[in-house]
Amino acid sequence: MEEDKIPFWRDSRVLKIVGQVVVLLIVLTIFFFLGSNLVNNFRRLGLTFGFDFLSRPASFGIANPPIAYNSSDLYTKAILVGLINSLRVMFFGIIIALFLGIIVGISRLSSNWLLRQLATIYVETLRNTPLLLQLFFWYFAVFLKLPRIDKPIILGRWGFLTNRGLDIPWFGDARQTWLGLGIIIFSLILIVMLWRRRIYVIEQKGESGQIWLWLLVAVAIATVVIFCFGLDWDIPQLNNNNIAGGLNLSPEFATLLFGLSVYTAAFIAEVVRAGIQSVGKGQWEAARALGLKSGALMQLVIFPQALRVMIPPLTSEFLNLAKNSSLAIAIGYNDIYAISNTVANQTGRSIEMLLIVITTYLTINLIISTGMNWLNRSVQLKQR
Amino acid sequence: MSIKTFSQKQWSSLLVAGIIFASLNGCGNGGDSTTNNAVNNSETSSLLDTIKSRGNVICGVNGQLPGFSFVDENGEYSGMDAEFCRAVASALFDDPAKVEFRELSAQERFTAVQSGEVDLVSRNTTWTISRDTSVGMEFAPTIFYDGQGIMVRKDSDIKDLAGLANQSICVLAGTTNEQNLADRMRKQGINYQPVVFEDVDAVYAAYDQRRCVAVTSDRSQLTARRAILANPDEHEVSSLVLSKEPLGPMVANGDAKWFDAVKWITFALIQAEELEINSQNISSFEKTEDPQIRRFLGQEGNLGEDMGLPNDFAARIVKHVGNYGEIYDRNIGQPFGLERGPNELWTKGGLLYSPPFR
Repeated sequence: MEEDKIPFWRDSRVLKIVGQVVVLLIVLTIFFFLGSNLVNNFRRLGLTFGFDFLSRPASFGIANPPIAYNSSDLYTKAILVGLINSLRVMFFGIIIALFLGIIVGISRLSSNWLLRQLATIYVETLRNTPLLLQLFFWYFAVFLKLPRIDKPIILGRWGFLTNRGLDIPWFGDARQTWLGLGIIIFSLILIVMLWRRRIYVIEQKGESGQIWLWLLVAVAIATVVIFCFGLDWDIPQLNNNNIAGGLNLSPEFATLLFGLSVYTAAFIAEVVRAGIQSVGKGQWEAARALGLKSGALMQLVIFPQALRVMIPPLTSEFLNLAKNSSLAIAIGYNDIYAISNTVANQTGRSIEMLLIVITTYLTINLIISTGMNWLNRSVQLKQR
Repeated sequence: MSIKTFSQKQWSSLLVAGIIFASLNGCGNGGDSTTNNAVNNSETSSLLDTIKSRGNVICGVNGQLPGFSFVDENGEYSGMDAEFCRAVASALFDDPAKVEFRELSAQERFTAVQSGEVDLVSRNTTWTISRDTSVGMEFAPTIFYDGQGIMVRKDSDIKDLAGLANQSICVLAGTTNEQNLADRMRKQGINYQPVVFEDVDAVYAAYDQRRCVAVTSDRSQLTARRAILANPDEHEVSSLVLSKEPLGPMVANGDAKWFDAVKWITFALIQAEELEINSQNISSFEKTEDPQIRRFLGQEGNLGEDMGLPNDFAARIVKHVGNYGEIYDRNIGQPFGLERGPNELWTKGGLLYSPPFR
């Protein structure tokens, strides 16, 4: 028996373990080397590692802060302002890019020749040029070329569009506003519930669902009325070449939001197209045979199936948008990366600030992926 | 059964071997780096020696600032900061061309020095206490005394900071300008919108396109950039001075030998002007009897060798790039018509003062 024993260097179980140990050692050695290099360089320059500098006053200004901020606030507050600015762009960017992408993606498959060609030009132009270049283009050639503040574009009596940004009405900070917003959110939830109820009644009971539609319209009208009159609107006023009141969306914010959205939308359009084309021809034919119109066909039959293919690549487009928002620094928008850079520059704490920025982006993107994975599971075929 | 025991033994002995290997490796690394560290701190291996054996000096510059450092029509770097790099190369190699220029943004400059990517930075950098201490820099003597100013359009009627209330002001990221502006506005309780760019060109492009009513920077920079705006006559640098901005070269902390060399190369430029030695007349000093000049030019004593430079380092600098006054006139005085003001020698009422070469 002893002679039949496989020598250990040919025993696959041993070899597997040895392989793993070797890889682990190599990885550890690399990390150790990089780490000790860092520590030695810190020591050589007489620098120390730590985060206590964050509780010192920032002493730099930030334009259009989303929360109250002045230059005597702490670095942590400045970084928080940057974080909110980043999240703002990511959140609205993802929503706009998604809707635009879906429209362009469906247009690429449209039977209308002009629409199809326009969508193709859109996708191919935006997808094949660098985003940084596009941002500079939108910023210097479009948004800064808007009329100056002494002759603004007046949008009805509600707002102004100038090269200092878009000034729109915004609600004041009154109790009435918060109450109104609460009612609006409640009504929106109610509308969704009514819509589902209507679909349920139509599908399961074969009724017309007319009464639910009327209810829905009534709630919607009430919501619009509350939105217009129930909130304490603050309308921007122009006097002396200065616009006061309302909300100012800076050209930097507008450029970044617009640039990121249209760029990512080009990629999303391709994801949507791929998703729709992945649905078998039989599904189209079956849906048409049932007499579904093209809108209903897309909404009820094709899109739900396409979603299963679309969500994983969509996730990476969303993640890309979130990461690309760090290009804000080039056009002077104060996102978390731009502000962290300034902090690092003032304090000389590059490593610490890099760690903070990396952790932040990592956290944001992990949250986005978790949400999308959850969504992905919920649209997959259920095994019954 | 026996197979299993055997392989388990093998596995554990391998693991032990692995751990030993790892720790040996770790010790080796640790040992090496400690020696490196010790050598770095000692007199024998300074950046100065590395530069001498490499044969050129790597100098971080701005590259976008006429008068200080920018690429001229001949494709050469010109400007005061660039000339300072050439002065260092002249002192070390007797050849002003032995410079490798690296363009750095305001944000990059400190990390570039800390990481050793460049040997020195000569990039209109303001000497402040925090940069000197917590950021880990060492500043050579100031080569340009400046102050922060504001440039506005002539037709804008802005005469003081109060006129900038609720207005946008363009500013470069990672500069003292950004902080000085915040300090001054906070002191006077004025609300304003800073529009901060990382790139110098973007700052002035946005100002030129009227994104901001004003742009703030060092007055010399405003004057220089005004000259290359689309219509320079429409703009003016207001007489307001917001701060003091002593600009000079800098090196990394913790290398006294290299720092001394850069420091005394700077002083040599000033001292040469004080001794009235310039690139035209330097040959006439070859047979001078003045002991002070003989020492300065390295004809006697060994002031240069004591700090690891050639004895005639000052003579080489003057021969190749000239003295401070010549550099100033060539790059700032003539092109922009800027008076020397505080950048005059102490003997003429300015602030430039070199300790004795003795």
